[in-house]
Amino acid sequence: MKETIIIAGFGGQGVLSMGKILAYSGIMQDYEVTWMPSYGPEMRGGTANVTVIISDKKISSPIASVYDTAIVLNQQSLDKFEALVRPGGVLIYDTNGIVNAPTRTDIEVYRIDAAAECARLGQAKMFNTMILGGFLKVKPIVDMAHVMEGLKKSLPERAWKMLPQNEAAIHRGGEIICKVR
Amino acid sequence: MAEKDVKLMKGNEVIAHAAVRCGCDGYFGYPITPQSEVMETLMELRPWESTGMVVLQAESEVSSINMVYGGAATGKKVMTSSSSPGVSLMSEGMSYIAACELPCLVVNCQRGGPGLGTIQPSQGDYFQACKGGGHGDYHFIVLAPSSVQEMYDFVGLGFDLAFKYRNPAMILADGAIGQMMEKVVMTPQQPRRTEQEIIEQCGEWATTGKGARKQGLVCTSLELKSELMEKINERLQAKYRLLEEQEARWEEIECEDADYIIVAFGSSARICSATVEQARKEGLKVGLLRPITLYPFPSKPLQKLAERGVKGFVSVELNAGQMVEDVRLAVNGKAPVVHYGRMGGMMFNPDDVLQEVKKNFVK
Repeated sequence: MKETIIIAGFGGQGVLSMGKILAYSGIMQDYEVTWMPSYGPEMRGGTANVTVIISDKKISSPIASVYDTAIVLNQQSLDKFEALVRPGGVLIYDTNGIVNAPTRTDIEVYRIDAAAECARLGQAKMFNTMILGGFLKVKPIVDMAHVMEGLKKSLPERAWKMLPQNEAAIHRGGEIICKVR
Repeated sequence: MAEKDVKLMKGNEVIAHAAVRCGCDGYFGYPITPQSEVMETLMELRPWESTGMVVLQAESEVSSINMVYGGAATGKKVMTSSSSPGVSLMSEGMSYIAACELPCLVVNCQRGGPGLGTIQPSQGDYFQACKGGGHGDYHFIVLAPSSVQEMYDFVGLGFDLAFKYRNPAMILADGAIGQMMEKVVMTPQQPRRTEQEIIEQCGEWATTGKGARKQGLVCTSLELKSELMEKINERLQAKYRLLEEQEARWEEIECEDADYIIVAFGSSARICSATVEQARKEGLKVGLLRPITLYPFPSKPLQKLAERGVKGFVSVELNAGQMVEDVRLAVNGKAPVVHYGRMGGMMFNPDDVLQEVKKNFVK
């Protein structure tokens, strides 16, 4: 098993921490993981992305040229990473702010209206864990029990009171994600 | 769940954890991207409350390296970290420390240069790290980690080698290894050495106080009598020959039957190990030799591979071609040696490297 995932969006959407939760979940399941961020000025309002690789073997390169899954959370990221999904791979996007929808037909495309759902629930901070839940529904590479452990490990102790809401958001993400093609 | 108590951490963060756990006495630094997490993590860990380790933000890199100089002269385990432009500022102090034969650890988490350059990863400081940087004939022991676990392990290893040879050591990482998170297994907490232990282990050279000595020790790199200064240089060079004989470290991946060898270190080596996997799938016999110590450089295994009949070497680096010179010296004309690299913070991917191997050697 080896899954190479790019998660991309605006700085502040929780892209990097979502990657961290996913990577920690992988560790909890005894997988090898790498978490390779874009860093620097991009983090301040611009685009941010992180490459997460989860594998049952030692991971050679933490940098990839094609991805098994791209999770894109804004138009720039969709434009940049749609082309880099391997044929047969998965593209997941949130429709919020997307003007030009994905066009490729040789990949599986999923949409998740997590931004709208979070707004409806009044829980904007749950956006990234809801997206994560959607991804795990499509690619259940890590058991939910290990995801919960990974979530706890990723958060500072002062944020542990938020664990139940995050868990609910992960489950909700799994419910609202739908296949476009 | 105890057996699963492994952590997911950035390369920079583990430098801080490793320093505390190996019983480091002091860290002196000045923030610079992409390594600021080293001091940030130390400040979070507050080791002055647990082990008594000093963590101090100096007013500049010049100041921090001279604090390291002073701490090292007393036999303490001291270190600093910075990134390329900051390490340039430290170069004078590094030459003094090497001249005084003081053990210490400097971490360079490289970014793209020259000048202020960029904050993205680079390996453009190979020459600076391995061939001097500061003035005079001196060497640091230079370790090149290619994983977060190695970032952790090389802190302890760096100090061990530094004290064994009374020579400063450097961890030459880059922004990619520093910012990347992987799982890391941490070692148990080692106590800091007591004053008595330092006197016992380093008493011959460390300025631990005059004590029963007739005359106090003076730590200086100044020697105006040329005859004596040459003797000092000869002593240093003898030590470097010993290092070259005993401490070269490297890793070979699929080299036994390889027709073509990629030579790469640090983050580049990680990328190139995927190139080897891809090449082997295509039936191309490509291997990777990864220098773990950049100084002393692992010339002997390269020499052996060249003598065995390897048809070509590609030195793959995030720079304009620096380590390639050491590869050429080792191969010594027995096979073609070419360089492939990106600069300014740009990175290649495994595919790019494979295309380069094919372009040069596979007709």
